[in-house]
Amino acid sequence: MSVTAIRPGYHGDMKDTVDKFHANQILGISWDKHLMYATPMCIPVPPQMPFGALVEQVLPTLFGQHPQFAQIDWSKAEWLRSDEPFTPAFDKSLADNGIGHKAYIRFRTPGLEGLSGASI
Amino acid sequence: MNAPQAPQTLNKPAKKLSLKENYALLTRGLGWEPTYQDKDDIYPKVKFEGIKIHDWDKWEDPFRLTMDAYWKYQGEKERKLYAIIDAFQQNNGQHNVSDARYLQALKVFLNGVVGLEYSAHRGFNMIGREFPGVGAAIAAQMQAVDELRHAQTQIHALSHYNKYFTGMAEFPHQFDRTWYLSIPKSFFEDAISAGPFEYIIAICFSFEYVLTNLVFMPWMSGAAYNGDMSTVSFGFSAQSDEARHMTLGIEVIKFLLEQDPANVPIVQGWIDKWFWRGYRLLTLIAAMMDYMLPKRVMAWNEAWDIYFEQNGGALFADLARYGIRMPKHWEQTVKEKEHASHQLWCTFYQFRHAAGFPVWLPTAEEMDWFSVKYPTTFDTYYRPRYEYWRELEEKGTPFVNATLPQLCQTCQWPLLFTEADDPTTICHREETYLGDKFHFCSDGCHDIFRHEPEKFVHAHLPVHQIYQGNYFNPGVDPTAPDFNPLVEALKYMGINPGVDGGDFQGHIDAVNWERWTNKPANMHAPMQTQPPAHTDDRKTA
Amino acid sequence: MSHTQQPVFIALQANNDTLPIIEAIQADNPEAVVHEYPAMVKIDAPGYLVVKRASVEERLGRPFDLQELQINLISLSGSLDETDEEFTLQWKSA
Repeated sequence: MSVTAIRPGYHGDMKDTVDKFHANQILGISWDKHLMYATPMCIPVPPQMPFGALVEQVLPTLFGQHPQFAQIDWSKAEWLRSDEPFTPAFDKSLADNGIGHKAYIRFRTPGLEGLSGASI
Repeated sequence: MNAPQAPQTLNKPAKKLSLKENYALLTRGLGWEPTYQDKDDIYPKVKFEGIKIHDWDKWEDPFRLTMDAYWKYQGEKERKLYAIIDAFQQNNGQHNVSDARYLQALKVFLNGVVGLEYSAHRGFNMIGREFPGVGAAIAAQMQAVDELRHAQTQIHALSHYNKYFTGMAEFPHQFDRTWYLSIPKSFFEDAISAGPFEYIIAICFSFEYVLTNLVFMPWMSGAAYNGDMSTVSFGFSAQSDEARHMTLGIEVIKFLLEQDPANVPIVQGWIDKWFWRGYRLLTLIAAMMDYMLPKRVMAWNEAWDIYFEQNGGALFADLARYGIRMPKHWEQTVKEKEHASHQLWCTFYQFRHAAGFPVWLPTAEEMDWFSVKYPTTFDTYYRPRYEYWRELEEKGTPFVNATLPQLCQTCQWPLLFTEADDPTTICHREETYLGDKFHFCSDGCHDIFRHEPEKFVHAHLPVHQIYQGNYFNPGVDPTAPDFNPLVEALKYMGINPGVDGGDFQGHIDAVNWERWTNKPANMHAPMQTQPPAHTDDRKTA
Repeated sequence: MSHTQQPVFIALQANNDTLPIIEAIQADNPEAVVHEYPAMVKIDAPGYLVVKRASVEERLGRPFDLQELQINLISLSGSLDETDEEFTLQWKSA
């Protein structure tokens, strides 16, 4: 389905193409069952950032205030990319992990399912 | 309109025209058939949407309003309204509202709704020009004037509050740029950039008939209950125009559906899209009603039940004869009504430093009200959050979300909504188009994108604009070492960083409120500040 | 006229001008239910509600034009028809 347009193949400007983000790409990231964070986060990251660096350096700045964050055993965390399970290689870059511009990833920490039995 | 009875004379007074005859003469007579230009050239937008109109004369305004009656009654409403606004200002009415938290809702209203009224004014001007039918053009003309009037009366009424409280002075900037106000802005821009028939179904029918009762009725009643004479007055004054807009909406839809059966699926598609977009927009009202009215009239879930489930149910039962069904995903709205206001307030709370108004946690008394009104959800999902955050505040380590949220490409809300059947999982949908990924808060928004991806790829999403480095004022140097992108982004949005938003406790509005009125800034809590040592006016401070 | 039982409503500002209108509606619509909210009165009826100029005028004590409803009307629900004598809201049967 598409808009009715004067000429075929018309579409609006692609406002958020990767070239507009100053050598970064956009990443959506969410920690399942931790609704203390009311929404997924949206952050700019370099495509060549190693996945391990994302986990070790960036995630604490996003989720570090949560009392369960420090207890996470990353070897047991489960990951989803575009809502499908995937196994990231921590030593490879985001790009090489198939995490491109405007990707959306989620992680789950079995055994750490939020506070108060309410997925907070 | 009622001529006094003349005494019996040889020349009897002319018989007064009936409402119907008056309307016919003063409207139909204004149109003409062009003789030297092609009608398709004069009205180039009337066919491309696929809508077929065979007889524009079948369009009738049920109120049968003509310009003379319009000016008379509108003039009377204006006189009443401005007399009340004058009295309100003269009597320092701004100090008689229930508490200083109520004022924050007015900021959301001024910054979010006034821009909608103005966009509607533009939209009705456009369709008034684009429709060949005289009845339709006149109705559009009156509505264009009404909507401008609404923008003006709201600005006038709220301008008085602006003298005393923060966060209202930059309402045009905020509407155009602020992250949570791109929701109303994109809603109307989607409508006015559509064709004339989509616009009129989107706004007159879906928004004004189906949904605006929720914006104005419980809200204005809530304003009255909280002592805000100014807002009540402009609200009810606008609402009387809304009643005409609503009848226009229902007249429009029946007109289109009766003109040609080919119109039915097109109209149904628009109903589905605009119901969903309007519903998402109303999440703002849900939070305002539940969290920002210190004295509450009714809860959002009650309002949704009365004004959509029952009222909207009756409407769609009536339209079934044309082959129109309830809008897609309506069942989800019924499930969401137990959650939406809470999910949004949790979002505003954690992003409060980036808001144009201060945010607070509900008191114990208010949470008990929520437990009663939301028995299936509040105590399970939301009370634990507020109690935990209260603990953190008391420890001096308040919870803050210091980054930016993922936004929905269609409605532009952060993805703060959960799956309809699982309130512990954020709802996320994704689509790839022309090699780029797009994200959505719901099936409803995903469907809208899939139907017209070409339109939504150039949505102006504030979070992405900030990361593109576009959100700073002229004269600011983004390469300077002390350049703070989030602070500059707030200024660009028309928000005063560190002043307009943040915690209600200690906010300048709360401090001033207590200083001026000697009443608690939060009526459900003790005074934040110490009362003055003495209140003898004759002594200098 | 045959109408369904689906709810219709009319909502008016609560002020001195609307008192006679509300009374007229109650007199002419025995199944109507009046709900009072802050600053507003909402009158619900199953399927049909009529405001009659003559009934209002009788209670108001001066000539009344139904178009004056514009000034105090807040909202309504149902298909509207207006003549010089009656303002009706209803959901007609198919």
